[in-house]
Amino acid sequence: MTTVLIVDDSRAMRDMLQHSLALAGFFVLQAEDGLNGLEVLGTTKPDVIITDINMPNMDGFGFIEAVRRDEVCRATPVLVLTTEVDKEKKNRARAVGATGWIVKPFDPVKLVDAIRRVAI
Amino acid sequence: MQDPMAAIRITFFQECDEQMTELTSGLTSMEAGTADHEVVNAVFRAVHSIKGGAGIFSLEQLVRFAHVFESSLDKVRSGELFVSPDILAVFFRAADTLEDIINAAKESKIIREDKVDEAIKSFDFIENNTKKINSDKEEVFINNKDNKIWKIKFTPYSSLYEKANESAFLLREINRLGDVDIDIDLSELPKFHDIDPESSYLSWTIILRSSCSKKDIFDIFEFVEDDCILEVNEENQKNFKPGTVITGDNGFKFEFFGVSEPEFNPDIEENNSAKDNINKNIQDEKSEEKHDNSSLLKNRLEQNDFVKQEETNKTEIIKPVGTVIRVDLDRVDRMINLVGELVINEAMLSQRVLEAGLNRDLGISEALEELEHLTREIQDSVMAIRAQPVRSVFQRMPRLVRELEAMTGKRVHLKTEGEGTEVDKTIIERLTDPITHMIRNAVDHGIEAPDERIAAGKPPEGTICLMAVHRSGRIVLEVTDDGAGINRAYVRQKAIDKGLISPDAQLTDEEVENLIFLPGFSTSEMISDISGRGVGMDVVRQSVQELGGRISILSSPGKGSKFTLSLPLTLAVLDGMVVSTHGHTLIIPLGAIIETLKPKSKDIFVLDKNLNMLSLRGGYVPIVDVAYTLGYSVHSIETSKGVALLVESESGARVVLLVDAIHGQRQVVIKSLESNYRAVPGISAATVMGDGRVALIVDVDFIVKNISCGINTVGVFEKTSGHSEKAA
Repeated sequence: MTTVLIVDDSRAMRDMLQHSLALAGFFVLQAEDGLNGLEVLGTTKPDVIITDINMPNMDGFGFIEAVRRDEVCRATPVLVLTTEVDKEKKNRARAVGATGWIVKPFDPVKLVDAIRRVAI
Repeated sequence: MQDPMAAIRITFFQECDEQMTELTSGLTSMEAGTADHEVVNAVFRAVHSIKGGAGIFSLEQLVRFAHVFESSLDKVRSGELFVSPDILAVFFRAADTLEDIINAAKESKIIREDKVDEAIKSFDFIENNTKKINSDKEEVFINNKDNKIWKIKFTPYSSLYEKANESAFLLREINRLGDVDIDIDLSELPKFHDIDPESSYLSWTIILRSSCSKKDIFDIFEFVEDDCILEVNEENQKNFKPGTVITGDNGFKFEFFGVSEPEFNPDIEENNSAKDNINKNIQDEKSEEKHDNSSLLKNRLEQNDFVKQEETNKTEIIKPVGTVIRVDLDRVDRMINLVGELVINEAMLSQRVLEAGLNRDLGISEALEELEHLTREIQDSVMAIRAQPVRSVFQRMPRLVRELEAMTGKRVHLKTEGEGTEVDKTIIERLTDPITHMIRNAVDHGIEAPDERIAAGKPPEGTICLMAVHRSGRIVLEVTDDGAGINRAYVRQKAIDKGLISPDAQLTDEEVENLIFLPGFSTSEMISDISGRGVGMDVVRQSVQELGGRISILSSPGKGSKFTLSLPLTLAVLDGMVVSTHGHTLIIPLGAIIETLKPKSKDIFVLDKNLNMLSLRGGYVPIVDVAYTLGYSVHSIETSKGVALLVESESGARVVLLVDAIHGQRQVVIKSLESNYRAVPGISAATVMGDGRVALIVDVDFIVKNISCGINTVGVFEKTSGHSEKAA
């Protein structure tokens, strides 16, 4: 089963993703922020990571950079999940190594589409 | 099964509350000038998260407002905008509006649009040079109606792979758009030993036969558009009439529908004008696109099947362990109950051991002491779980003060102290009303208008200090203002006019001030829009006393007044006086007891067949025989033989309770009678004593109310000296 790691500080958002992804047949792991995400990555290797940008402790940019530096995880696709459509953020995410992005609010079909474009 | 979306929705609103708390405390520290970058970030994140969540539930009003708010905060965060007091004021008001919208959204309502527009307008002054927010919507490709042949040339750079993208997935996705022929170009591939495994050598040429738009193709490559060379060209056109069926080599098959409704999910990020634009585009699209999104539709249908089919798969959920856990209050309550049982059992055990007269050398008493110590500690720890800082209540007050300022034209600075003071959740929930009322009262009646203040030699801005502190097992809340204080002559006259005191009553200054708590004191003149709402200080006092608390006032004319509220830290245990009457053990809440006394027969006057009055320092207080009132005995005990407790009810009326004996004071665990048996008049709850017997907790209020019907409370209030503070 494809494993997806969700990194988001909002529980509602995590629950929402969890719900949509579980329905679509994904196995879902959760983390609350970048640091927590790295902790989870220390124990499991998901097929796809979906991360928020604005988070406490370690934001999405820092998290992606850390993932890309990691020998084991650097080839894991990372989708950035954000409400921000502004190009600058998207470009910055891309510059630090984001594989793709999902603009909130997303519908479950768009979400699965984005994942299929980078994994499975 | 519960609707998962409903549960997520609840979570969302819980989170909104948390984010609002974060937001207000952040703004407050920005106001105080103690905010660092992280605070500004947190404030931004709070609004941002609210917006994000609101998007899920299509709470458009919330999204729209949060978006504007967020944009301004983002400017602060990036240093583009310097936070002046004026700007902070806008932020504070925006936070208020945001809260209103959230509260309305909770009930699936929205607030009046003009209010939102007005609030949004106030941001204009921040963003004078706001650039028009252009629609971020990418160019909408207008499609032709029919199947097309697309030639796509795709040459990835190695950077595409560095970002963990994979060409194979992209090619597969193209395959889903229609009928494809893919040619791989291996010309750049070096000899095997020259291959750098992390370089990119391959490119592809794809011929796609599909009704998809150019945008659909670019969408697939959206993530990689900067990491590859992508050429998409339309080869030639064939016309298909609606109803034509196409079968591809891979078994792909579809029929052209005459008309199909395009699906549209409005991107909520846009502002209104942008939205209108998009809507227009959609209209265009609708007319243009009627025929050709059938394949998209088909894809969606396929995916829905995929989703459905996977739905049956059982999924496991692993949640990370955080530093904070959320626990259902019921579970905590259950635990508190169990610990209550434990405390009772421990007391019973101690008593049994004592009665058994066991040899001290056995070390049992030491062990018991240790057990008692542990039990208390467990009890304290469990209570601490439910304890919460009063911050959540305090934080609502700055908004109240701002509103009051706007209504009265007075200027008030609110200072808070001791927000971290913890108190049981059950108490916290009921603190808001009394505090709100005290602050309303302080602004409305305490603080003077700026010109009056200047005339009195005070700074034009009044100060109200809200303070919480733990004091001997209780929480004490103080609301202090530097206003005019209480006009004693006015209060006294008012009380006389209302018939609450006799004109010749000798009252100390303190007693006069405390007259404002008497039921019926609030007059129409006192009930203004602000502190009024038809609620007088007597109601405040009543709600405080329901919690086992006391309220008092201390005022100094011209200098201000101070309301002091003292409350127990919890409603799960109670300090009570253990008394016995007619062989029954009863608990009288300590909060209600003013003093204990031994009545002398010469002070007792028979008024009616069953009503005796006790002359107490020149006043008369009715005597209530507890055993008789509760029906333990048909005969009253001889009045002079018993022990008397002077108690005061929530309404301020006083009676003397007569019992056989007083056994001392102790903390008891409250057990509800209503939930275990049924409500019993005169009894508020029960507890289990150390000897295992049930003791009933007397409902002083009920007894006073039943006895003092028809008795003029004036006499009670007037002459018995001592007030609320005495028992506190």
